[in-house]
Amino acid sequence: MALFQICEPGEAPAPHQRKRAVGIDLGTTNSLVATVRNGLAVVLPDSEGRPLVPSLVRYGELAVETGYAAMAHQTSDPQNTIVSIKRLMGRALTDLADARRFPYRFVDTPGMVKIDTRAGVKSPVEISADLLRALRERAVESLGGPIDGAVVTVPAYFDEAQRQATKDAAMLAGLPILRLLNEPTAAAIAYGLDNASEGVYAVYDLGGGTFDISILRLSRGVFEVLATNGDSALGGDDFDHRVFCWIIEAAKLPPLSPSDARLLLIKAREAKENLSEHDSASILATLSSGQAISLTLTKAIFTEITGNLVAKTLQPVKRALRDAQLQPADIKGVVMVGGATRMPQVRRAVAEYFGQPPLTNLNPDEVVALGAAVQANKLAGNRERDDDWLLLDVIPLSLGLETMGGITEKIIPRNSTIPIARAQEFTTYKDGQTAMAIHVVQGEREKVADCRSLARFELRGIPPMVAGAARIRVTFQVDADGLLDVAATELATGVEATITVKPSYGLSDGEIAKMLADSFAHATDDMQARALAEAQVEADQIVTATEAALAVDGELVDAHERAAIDAALANLRRLRDGIDHLALRAAVEALNHATGEFAGRRMDRSVARALTGKRVDALAD
Amino acid sequence: MIDFSRNHFDLFGLPPSFRVDGAVLDLAYRQLQTDVHPDRFAGGSDAQKRVAQQASARVNEAYRALKNPVQRAQYLLQIHGVEALSETDTALPRAFLERQLERREQAADAQAAGDVRTLSSLLGDARAEGAALEGVLAQAFDSEHAYATARMHVRELTFLSKLAEDIDAMLAAIDA
Repeated sequence: MALFQICEPGEAPAPHQRKRAVGIDLGTTNSLVATVRNGLAVVLPDSEGRPLVPSLVRYGELAVETGYAAMAHQTSDPQNTIVSIKRLMGRALTDLADARRFPYRFVDTPGMVKIDTRAGVKSPVEISADLLRALRERAVESLGGPIDGAVVTVPAYFDEAQRQATKDAAMLAGLPILRLLNEPTAAAIAYGLDNASEGVYAVYDLGGGTFDISILRLSRGVFEVLATNGDSALGGDDFDHRVFCWIIEAAKLPPLSPSDARLLLIKAREAKENLSEHDSASILATLSSGQAISLTLTKAIFTEITGNLVAKTLQPVKRALRDAQLQPADIKGVVMVGGATRMPQVRRAVAEYFGQPPLTNLNPDEVVALGAAVQANKLAGNRERDDDWLLLDVIPLSLGLETMGGITEKIIPRNSTIPIARAQEFTTYKDGQTAMAIHVVQGEREKVADCRSLARFELRGIPPMVAGAARIRVTFQVDADGLLDVAATELATGVEATITVKPSYGLSDGEIAKMLADSFAHATDDMQARALAEAQVEADQIVTATEAALAVDGELVDAHERAAIDAALANLRRLRDGIDHLALRAAVEALNHATGEFAGRRMDRSVARALTGKRVDALAD
Repeated sequence: MIDFSRNHFDLFGLPPSFRVDGAVLDLAYRQLQTDVHPDRFAGGSDAQKRVAQQASARVNEAYRALKNPVQRAQYLLQIHGVEALSETDTALPRAFLERQLERREQAADAQAAGDVRTLSSLLGDARAEGAALEGVLAQAFDSEHAYATARMHVRELTFLSKLAEDIDAMLAAIDA
């Protein structure tokens, strides 16, 4: 497959080889799955035609329920019916300022909080995976076969821990993940491609539990994120909670049971939604004690009690504009995303700040999933008429290391375009020092204690030298998903001691493998057959791609290399119809290896062509 | 793989000069990313994805270095074998230093008083002086090839840019 993606137009796969690619918006309140069908992005509805999947998971007596089925039990079984799980992704119990808001039995585990449910202690990753599994099943049914690739969206302001947790959840749900995509960027793709937009746009994305603002430049099919900012714990939920508190105060209620609390939160949300269309909303409820509640919430009161939440969204907006070195007047349009942007006071505040009415012609619930579907379709290699576009995204928060005195040394500043690699050299501070502790952090603050700790590791085996003589090169690498990899090497003596870490908040590969094995054990899928089928697909792709590449650029390989490639090809063909998926995988890897340098040279040639051929044309128009 | 030994200017097909046409740079950058970005190789092998990631990161690094005048100037010195900022030799003209230290003090006072107007005016001054220096640098680099002269101005520009950055951060803190 090494050469698959750089095929010339004539080598495009035949229509029947179209990949089943989906975009998934894993939201705090609602989730969606979308795909591109006949060139158009569409949301995949359930059998009753409902596009949204409420983001609820219930661990029932007999089975795991999700979406509307789980929703039906949220007041009767609140401790086993999990809502807004996204707010807990990648978070420890100590991170949650509002832990008491949730009716769950929390288990304080290192790294990430867990919840004790009827089905055992569950991590937010596992609970999210249950939701994703439901979305995958909907897609499999709707598309008529297994999913080849998925793009899952995350809030742009999600940090490393939250991103890794989301990716782990997707893997656990058996989704072949193509990319994590930032939600506002997904919306910009959907909006920008639809409207053939050019210029600088802002995407204001207020979801159920997270707020993002992204500033993008759209130019000749390139979506370039200039800056992003946000608050990963601010969303429509908080507006519900304000109304909830208002109800308690207005009705002078004593402390509530989990069921009553959930009931009033639902009533609060309904009132909030009503107020987007009406000037007042009635709140009627009967508590388990028999007490009846009857209140009227006016738009004026609602606007007043949520005023500082709206104001709170404007701070990240200012910071993002400042980072992009732009003024509100430089923004050509403000795209509104997320259900919470239906609230009139939010629209008013945005209009006032930017001096123009925001763009509200898109369905704020669906636009993220649609953009993700377009991206998934492209990444999976399905060709469409208007797929000549490129996305350049950024990391939202600075990445750095702890240095002497607990001070953060930034290695990669926020809003750097990804992928990115950056190295910095450090040295020892004691004579004969043979190990160095490396602490990786994320955040904007000077003091390490105020940043998020991502990983700690030790570089050992440094040869004893006087203080300051060793040269330790620490390399940070952020991939296109925004995920970080850190490596450290001792350079001074040529003794190479390298260690690479994935930040510690995620699950270890072993844990994921075990969870996957457990979930397969309960499923009807035959793991072997599935693995073999996948390996065969991959084998076919790489054979086709290699042959095509050799046909076009064959002169780039010498006889020796050609012999190695031919041998690897023959070996792969021999194993193609066997039953050993591991052997087949190994053969695919061997062919990959044999074609690695060839692929590099093809890339070089393609770059050279790009620079010599196209640039002149592009400049002319 | 793209040739990692090529310098940033070469990579974008630009002459190694301080004056850079931003529009041409932007266009070359986007064209290169279109060809090497990992999104093009999402269905590729791990090796292919690794190559794409490295190539794309290299292009991002080069673009960032050429886009920013301070970094571009430092890079130009570097390719001419002149070290712009060494730890042992940090000399700057006395008058320049005095002017900047005075600005820093004024900025610190204004920050303490929450005086946005003074901070904005100081920021404007620092940026204007930086812009003037860029003109001087263009002359030194592109017309006179006077790298020793350029070196001193690059230090001044680096200093001014850090000052502007700090004042900007102060303004941001007041605004937040």
